[in-house]
Amino acid sequence: MAENQFFVDSDKLSEKVLAKKHRLEQDPSSRTNHMEYMEGMERIDSDIMSRVLGQMDSYDYESYTDADVRRALSDETCSVEDFKALLSPAAVPHLEEMAQRAKAETSKHFGNTVYLFTPLYIANYCENYCAYCGFNCYNDIIRKKLNSGEIEHEMKVIADSGMEEILILTGESRSMSSVEYIGEACKLAAKYFRNVGLEIYPVNTDEYRYLHECGADYVTVFQETYNSDKYETLHLMGHKRVYPYRFEAQERAIRGGMRGVGFSALLGLSDFRKDALASALHVYYLQRKYPHAEYSLSCPRLRPIINNDKINPLDVHERELCQVLCAYRIFLPYVGITVSSRESEHFRDGIVKVAATKISAGVSTGIGDHESKYEGKEDAEAGDEQFEISDGRSFGQMYADMSDEGLQPVLNDYVYV
Amino acid sequence: MNKDTFTLGGKEFSSRFILGSGKYSMELIKAAVENAGAEIITLAVRRTNTKKNESILDYIPEHVTLLPNTSGARDASEAVRIARMARELGCGNFVKIEIMRDSKYLLPDNAETVKATEILAKEDFVVLPYMFPDLYAARALQDAGAAAVMPLASPIGSNKGLAAKEFIQILIDEIDLPIIVDAGIGRPSQACEAMEMGAAAVMANTAIATAGDIPAMAGAFKNAIEAGRAAYLSGLGRVLERGASASDPLTGFLRD
Repeated sequence: MAENQFFVDSDKLSEKVLAKKHRLEQDPSSRTNHMEYMEGMERIDSDIMSRVLGQMDSYDYESYTDADVRRALSDETCSVEDFKALLSPAAVPHLEEMAQRAKAETSKHFGNTVYLFTPLYIANYCENYCAYCGFNCYNDIIRKKLNSGEIEHEMKVIADSGMEEILILTGESRSMSSVEYIGEACKLAAKYFRNVGLEIYPVNTDEYRYLHECGADYVTVFQETYNSDKYETLHLMGHKRVYPYRFEAQERAIRGGMRGVGFSALLGLSDFRKDALASALHVYYLQRKYPHAEYSLSCPRLRPIINNDKINPLDVHERELCQVLCAYRIFLPYVGITVSSRESEHFRDGIVKVAATKISAGVSTGIGDHESKYEGKEDAEAGDEQFEISDGRSFGQMYADMSDEGLQPVLNDYVYV
Repeated sequence: MNKDTFTLGGKEFSSRFILGSGKYSMELIKAAVENAGAEIITLAVRRTNTKKNESILDYIPEHVTLLPNTSGARDASEAVRIARMARELGCGNFVKIEIMRDSKYLLPDNAETVKATEILAKEDFVVLPYMFPDLYAARALQDAGAAAVMPLASPIGSNKGLAAKEFIQILIDEIDLPIIVDAGIGRPSQACEAMEMGAAAVMANTAIATAGDIPAMAGAFKNAIEAGRAAYLSGLGRVLERGASASDPLTGFLRD
C-alpha cells in the first residue's frame, strides 16, 4: 500500500530539537508505550475497546461475496455481519443500491433536513507530534491563542452571519488552552449560540462535567486510526499518543453529562475499511451501553497541510467515501452524519441527499480570522490553519444552496436543559 | 344531530387529525391546516428554539391550538423544565410529554412520563403524554391528571402502522380519557383503522411530510380519519367483532 510522506523538517528548529524529532521518527524505542496511561489520565472500567478491536482484527473484508451484499441489502435490519459486507469490496458494484437504501433510511429518521454549523478554532498551540497534522508541535506555523475579548468578537461575527450552532476547537495543549480557558469560551458561546459543541483534547469525566456546566453539550473526538500499531507510528509524542485514553473519551464525556458524542477515523491514515468498521462499532457498542446519549459520525479524509501539500487520502477516493457513508447510514440509521469542508462542494451537495445530515459552512480552520474571511477585513495577526479546506461556501450561500437542492436547512434542534 | 367533538382541557375540538412535530416545514403546517383541517399542531420546543424561525408562531392561525412537546427530555425533570419554557415562550398551557431515553428507537419511558404528568398537571398544564401502550401506565397517567393518553402505534417515524393494535384497543376500552393514537401511522388506511377502533384522534407527521404531494396526502388523511370515525359511530366494526349475533345460538335454550 502506498504511504504518505509526512515528515518535514523546518529550518527554524535547532539541531538539538531536530535530533530529537528524527529520533522519534526513526527509532521506535525512543517513543513511549502508547498503550500506557500517563499521569493524571483517568481509567474507566469498560470493555468497549476490546469488543471493537476484537471485531476489527478479525474482519476479513475480502471474504465477503456478492451474495452477502445482496442479503445485507434485502434484510430489514442491518446486523454487524451485514454491515461488514456493505463495507467490503464486494459491495462496490452495489453502490447505487446502497445509496437508495441509505436515502430511504435518512429520510425516515431525518426527513429532508440538513443541519448547519460552523467550527471556531480558538487556539492552535499543540504539544503533540502527530505527523499528518498542521498543528503538530514541530510544524513551523504562526501560533495564536485568542483571549476572551477576541473569542467574543469572533463569535459575534459568526452569530451575525446567522449561524446558531458552533463547534469550539483548540490545538491539543493543556498548558496553553486549559480546561478553564475552554470553559470560559463555552460560557461566551452559550450567549451567542443555541448549541455548543467541543472538539478539544480528551479530558477526564469531572472536566467534561465542568465543561457541560459551562454550556457545552456535545463532544467530538477523532480516534484518527483504530489500528493501534499504525496509531503508534503517527502520534509520536505527547498525550495524544496514549491510544486507550483517547478511545475512552466519548464514554467519559457521556458519564460527565454530555448529551451527545461524535466519532471518526481520519481516512487515509490506515486501512479505511477496518477503520470505518471500528468507528461504527465504537458507536454501536456505546449506544447499547448508554442508549440515552446521541451519537454522530463523521468521515474526514486526509488533506494537505501548511508545509506539506502532498498529503492526500491515498486509496480513499470519493467513491470509497460514499460507500463508507452509505454503509454507516444503513447500519446506524439514527446517528447524525457530518461531512466537513474537507470535501468538495460537488461531493457535499450530493451526499446530503443520500446519507449526511450535517454540514459545516463559513469555515475557517485558522485562528481569529473570521472577520477577514466574512467581511473582507485585513487581519495580519491571524494564526495558521490546521488543514486546507475544500468547500469555502459562506453560511448564506450554503443555506441558499441547500434550499435549492430541495433540502430544509435547520439551524437548531436542541435545547439545553 | 349533535356535533361530533372531543374535549381536551376544557377546549372542544371537531377535527380529529393532529399534526405531529417529527419533520416540519411551513408547507406541512399549511397543508395540515388547510387540507387536513388540523386544529391542533405539535411543535418541538427544541426545534422552535431558533432565532431564524422566531416568527414560526405567526404562521399558525389563531384558531389552531399549539401543542408544544418536550422532545429532547431524557427524564421527568427535563420534561418539566421544557414544558415551563414553552409556556414562557407563549405557547399556551397545552403540553405533550415526550421522554425518550433511547436515541435508537425513540421509545417513550412510561415511568418518567407518569412522574412528569403528575407535576405538570398540578401546575395547570393540559397534559397529553406520549406513551408505550401499557394498561397500568395508562391508568397511572389518568390518576396523575393527564387530559388524554397518546399511545404509539409503532416506532416513531417507521410508518409501520398499528403494530400495537391489540394493546391500544385495551386502552380505548378501559381508560376514560380520549385515546389519541400517535407515532408510526404511515398511511391514511391505518389512520382510518385507528379511528374505527374508537380512538379519539390520530396524530401523524412523517407520512404527510415525506409524501410526494403534501397537500394531497393531508387531504387523504382528513378523509380517512372522517371515514373511520363515521364507521366507529355507526357501530359496525364493534358489532362484527365483538357483539352477539341475532339468533343467540348458544343461549336459545333459556326460557324466560
